[in-house]
Amino acid sequence: MLFDLDRVTYRYQQVVALDRLTLQIPAHRRIALLGANGSGKSTLLRLLDGLYFPESGNVRFSGEPLTEDRFADDRFAFEFRRRVGLVFQNPDVQLFNATVFDEVAFAPLQLRWPKSEIRDRVDRTLELLRISHLRDRPPYRLSGGEKKRVSLASVLVVDPEVLLLDEPTAALDPRSQSQIIDFLVDWGSAGKSVIFATHDLETLEDIADEAYVLDRGTLAASGPPRSVLQNTELLARTNLIYIHKHRHSTGELHSHPHQHHHHDH
Amino acid sequence: MSSFGSHRRRFFEHLLGGLLETAEGIFYAEDMARGTSPLHRLDPRVKLIGLVALIGVSTAAARLCVVAAILGAAIAIALVARVPFGALASRVWSGALAFTLCMALPALFLTPGDAAFEIPIAGATVTRQGLTTAAYLLLRVTTAATLAFTLVVTTRWTHVLKALRTLYVPMVLVVVLGMTVRYIVLLLDTARQMFEAQRSRTLGCLEPADGRRLIYGTTGVLLGKTMHLSQEVHLAMQARGFRGEVYLLDEFQLKAVDVVALAALAAAAAGALWAGR
Repeated sequence: MLFDLDRVTYRYQQVVALDRLTLQIPAHRRIALLGANGSGKSTLLRLLDGLYFPESGNVRFSGEPLTEDRFADDRFAFEFRRRVGLVFQNPDVQLFNATVFDEVAFAPLQLRWPKSEIRDRVDRTLELLRISHLRDRPPYRLSGGEKKRVSLASVLVVDPEVLLLDEPTAALDPRSQSQIIDFLVDWGSAGKSVIFATHDLETLEDIADEAYVLDRGTLAASGPPRSVLQNTELLARTNLIYIHKHRHSTGELHSHPHQHHHHDH
Repeated sequence: MSSFGSHRRRFFEHLLGGLLETAEGIFYAEDMARGTSPLHRLDPRVKLIGLVALIGVSTAAARLCVVAAILGAAIAIALVARVPFGALASRVWSGALAFTLCMALPALFLTPGDAAFEIPIAGATVTRQGLTTAAYLLLRVTTAATLAFTLVVTTRWTHVLKALRTLYVPMVLVVVLGMTVRYIVLLLDTARQMFEAQRSRTLGCLEPADGRRLIYGTTGVLLGKTMHLSQEVHLAMQARGFRGEVYLLDEFQLKAVDVVALAALAAAAAGALWAGR
């Protein structure tokens, strides 16, 4: 197993974000963590990235426990950071360097890679994400789509085995969304593990091999995306879809209950 | 637009303009730091040691003419670094002057000593010693601000941080400095967004007192929000392997010109120290 969580509880002061969550995440798969806002998706990603540590329970990565003590060891921390990368939901928190080049070079510099290799890898990553033209621009002056691609580049530059993404397509225009999705599909097909949090059901079948549905910090269901999407009772219960009156404008006006995740009209 | 509406608009636009101007000031320094003047090309450690030494000597000097001479040297260094004179006046001296006058004004009247002149209407007496104290304060603050500004507009911030580390400044202090700049940028951006959102929801007149109340009410929320954001930034840095140390692609290498510059700055500082004792 890539990640193994055993009865993990995490709280923000009095608010329980994850409640005795037990799940196993296999390697070389594209996994979607589905859930409404506040279901614990982002917290789970931070636990998987060793940024948060559980109040109780255990998180293991390739059999190794992820604890504060383990991360105090530089060798373990560097090896883990090279193998696992996290792209935050808000690119503004992830982009803190003066130029796009510096931003992308940040992780390999921290991991003490040889400097000639860093320059080469940064240039190749910028080309991969088609952002070479932004090389000397300050990240805070980029558009939302550009920022997202730079934050992705800043993680992919170390070629992690596991890519964690928090709402990778949130607040992006359709073109930027499509570019990110296409990239993730290609990248995930190359034997890498991709774990991403989302509540966007439209693109789920395109990106994910497997979906885990979280509800108030617990695992509500898991399985292939198609079976999860067909379980409307589950999706409605976990606030991933809603039923509402829908008005069509194909001549005659009418309305009927409508589910907003996938439809063909 | 009624006068009420224009009052409201003026309040928010003044506030938003101030926030944008401050943010631009930070970006301006980083843009300027990519210049090619002789000072830009000097080793960051040389600039840091030399300019900080001059600040220290100006603080220690006990003769006004020596402090004035260091200020003259600081302006000359800034001009060699192609720092626009207008930028010095608007971004450094105006602020330094306003800050210093607030502190120095009472000293003019409260410092005991010989009367220099009397203010006709108020009947207050300004003493010679008070004038001297105020002049010292003004010159020292202006000198320190000019040298510090010259350092940050000729040296990229990450290079300043790395230079501090190579000079054995504790890691925790350097990390705090690095995070402070990131925090300020986030604070300004969050403040701008909050006030823009409030402007779009504010109707009718906003008197100055209401404006102040609005700012007081927003400040706590703003600090909470930006604290959260800065924690997020720190997590994002940790997620990419940050352990507190500053690493850069550029290696610092002392060249002959750096050694000459260091010797010149050290000689100037030593001379000023001797002259100002």
